[in-house]
Amino acid sequence: MKIPFSYTLRNLWARKLTTVLTAGGMALVVFVFATVLMLEEGLRKTLVETGSYDNVVVIRRSAQTEVQSAIDRVQAALIESQPEVAFGADGERMVSKETIVLVNLNKRDSDKPTNVMVRGVAPRGLTLRPQVKITAGRMFRPGSSEIVAGRNAAERFKGAGIGETLWFGQREWLVVGTFDAGKSGFDSEIWGDADQLMQAFRRPIYSALLVKLNDPARFNELKTRLESDQRLTVEAKRETIFYADQSEVLANFIRYLGLTLSIIFSVGAIIGAMITMYASVASRTAEIGTLRALGFRQRSVMAAFMFEAILLGLVGGGVGLFLASFMQFFTISTMNWQSFSELAFSFTLTPGITLKTFAFALIMGVVGGFLPAMRAAKLPIIDALRAA
Amino acid sequence: MYYLKLIFRNALRHKLRTGLTVLGIVVAILAFGLLRTVVDAWYHGSDAASKTRLVTRNSISLVFSMPLTYSAKIRQLDGVKAVSHANWFGGVYVTEKNFFPQFAVQASTYFDLYPEYIVPPEQMRDFQRDRKGALVGRKLVDTYGFKIGDQVSLRGTIFPGNWEFVVRGIYDGAGDKTDTSQFFFHWDYLNETMKKTAPRRANSVGVYIISLASADRAAEVAAAVDHEFKNSLAETLTETEQAFQLGFVSMTEAIVVAIKIVSFLVIFIIMAVMANTMAMTVRERMAEYATLKALGFGPRHLAVMIFGESLAIASFGAALGIALTFPVADKFGKSMGTLFPVFFVVPETVYMQIAAGVIVGAVAALLPCVRAAHIRIVDGLRSVG
Repeated sequence: MKIPFSYTLRNLWARKLTTVLTAGGMALVVFVFATVLMLEEGLRKTLVETGSYDNVVVIRRSAQTEVQSAIDRVQAALIESQPEVAFGADGERMVSKETIVLVNLNKRDSDKPTNVMVRGVAPRGLTLRPQVKITAGRMFRPGSSEIVAGRNAAERFKGAGIGETLWFGQREWLVVGTFDAGKSGFDSEIWGDADQLMQAFRRPIYSALLVKLNDPARFNELKTRLESDQRLTVEAKRETIFYADQSEVLANFIRYLGLTLSIIFSVGAIIGAMITMYASVASRTAEIGTLRALGFRQRSVMAAFMFEAILLGLVGGGVGLFLASFMQFFTISTMNWQSFSELAFSFTLTPGITLKTFAFALIMGVVGGFLPAMRAAKLPIIDALRAA
Repeated sequence: MYYLKLIFRNALRHKLRTGLTVLGIVVAILAFGLLRTVVDAWYHGSDAASKTRLVTRNSISLVFSMPLTYSAKIRQLDGVKAVSHANWFGGVYVTEKNFFPQFAVQASTYFDLYPEYIVPPEQMRDFQRDRKGALVGRKLVDTYGFKIGDQVSLRGTIFPGNWEFVVRGIYDGAGDKTDTSQFFFHWDYLNETMKKTAPRRANSVGVYIISLASADRAAEVAAAVDHEFKNSLAETLTETEQAFQLGFVSMTEAIVVAIKIVSFLVIFIIMAVMANTMAMTVRERMAEYATLKALGFGPRHLAVMIFGESLAIASFGAALGIALTFPVADKFGKSMGTLFPVFFVVPETVYMQIAAGVIVGAVAALLPCVRAAHIRIVDGLRSVG
């Protein structure tokens, strides 16, 4: 026969302070755990969505990032004329020859300088990236000193808002619009006309080429031909993979640091649960003896105490997750070590994370409650009844 | 004296509970110490920076270079004692995982500006004589096992190609905070190669390092340098070495702040655990406290006992945690290799750990104390825990 569930509930209610403190400790651990997962998910989403599957990024071999890469005009023309490259509606090749530089801008709130990616794009660049939409103002006019800023860049950097001006490369650049790139990495960038930026920075070369495939399946053919061409020293990557690789170090850092911390912290919370449950068992020795004498089995007693621990874990998990869900309002920005430029991303809560978080809270409850529940179940009936 | 005896006896009444609580505190204080040390490691670069050195870079950003001719112009300025220059190389040693900073430096002047890099004179002589020579830090030697005479090959990411070097010397740091995970080689080697392979990029310098005659004139000289190159193709930005290093820290500030917040969270977690322990202890002993009160002991007496017990448990756990911090930090720093060039526990961290232990003990005892002090004797005698 089972011990009624309400018995467990009332036990928790009887020691409110203890219940609150134990569940509170667990809630904090769960909060850290959930926050880390949300941060990692936000970063992943930002960078995966930065690319589309049928686009290919071509950079100089072993350059690793767009900023370090260099492709001259002759090479660019060779890449552009490959048979796998799609044609646009106007009969032109779907290629954006881009020049990418880092510019030091000061943050609006702290006035501290940060590296911001300035991307010189061909007018084609926008059609190749359908997720990018001008939300305010207008697109820059080709051939002019006009630029447009990504949503995050416009918000965070001095002079990057619409109507403001930035000074670099011996020129004043007018921000004529802001664009939204659907939470992707482009939101942290500033875009201008490629030819104008090359002129301003005295760089006769492109940094990278973005190429649209006429058939996504023909990527390997293009990659093999480009990389074995004696005239080129380039490597080609799918755009999605290119940007995911860019954040590998940062993503791993967040994951390992976060999970290590969660595990260490969970030791604290599990100890808290154990102390509570041991005390709960000790103070109810006579009660447990009575229950056993009435005919409740060891199994039932064990189950009742395990329920209590699991309930503590779930309450902690619920509170922790509730608190963590507010983190979705925040955007975090930091330097991506690999691209050496500022990247903004937000905390993202997914159903998967919710499940993982509750599983984590449950495990903490089970681990913390198991030994005390065992002790309760194993109490000799007569001795237990004698205990005052 | 009898207070102490009573406190210790009380603390040891529930050995399992006390043991678990102490274990929790040890883990928390240890984690706190390690996190603070990680945060400190972030700032060591700027802490170690000299006040008499300025760094000049292209004002657009670090990825843009400056012409070599600036060197002579800077040297002429008043207040400048010496000038050297360097380029960030950013090469890959075997795989991308093996990250350490590599600089192409003007060998004849660079090490006069950095007296904190200590090199045996004969090794320095060998390095200066070999254009393909390299000077490596002690930490790199420990991590990758470089020896004098070793061939080292780096794959360039910014400067294309495979670059061959011969280790000619090993430098040690003058102080604890000197970064010994760097790899220096001849700027001339880089420049001569670039002249052949990419003439457009030859004779360009990443950063100029300026040694000042006196630290008081830093701001004045920095302004003079930037003024000299105003309205040129490569305008400059000159700042103290410390500000230059802090610039890097501020770019990753979000991570530092997150680690700081988390390091305090762990203290809160353990505070909840400790407070729970004390709350349970006091609840169980209500009858005793009522008895003591009935015998004439005042609330102050009870408070001292409860606070004492809480503090005793917390400080014992904190002491163990602090003692463990040193070996664990040492191991952690070693396993991180060159990611954290300088990694050790500073005295401030230990003070903060002590403070955290005391605060946890005191706060945990607060609520139970109030309860025990306010209990009415009759209720207390009736209570059954």
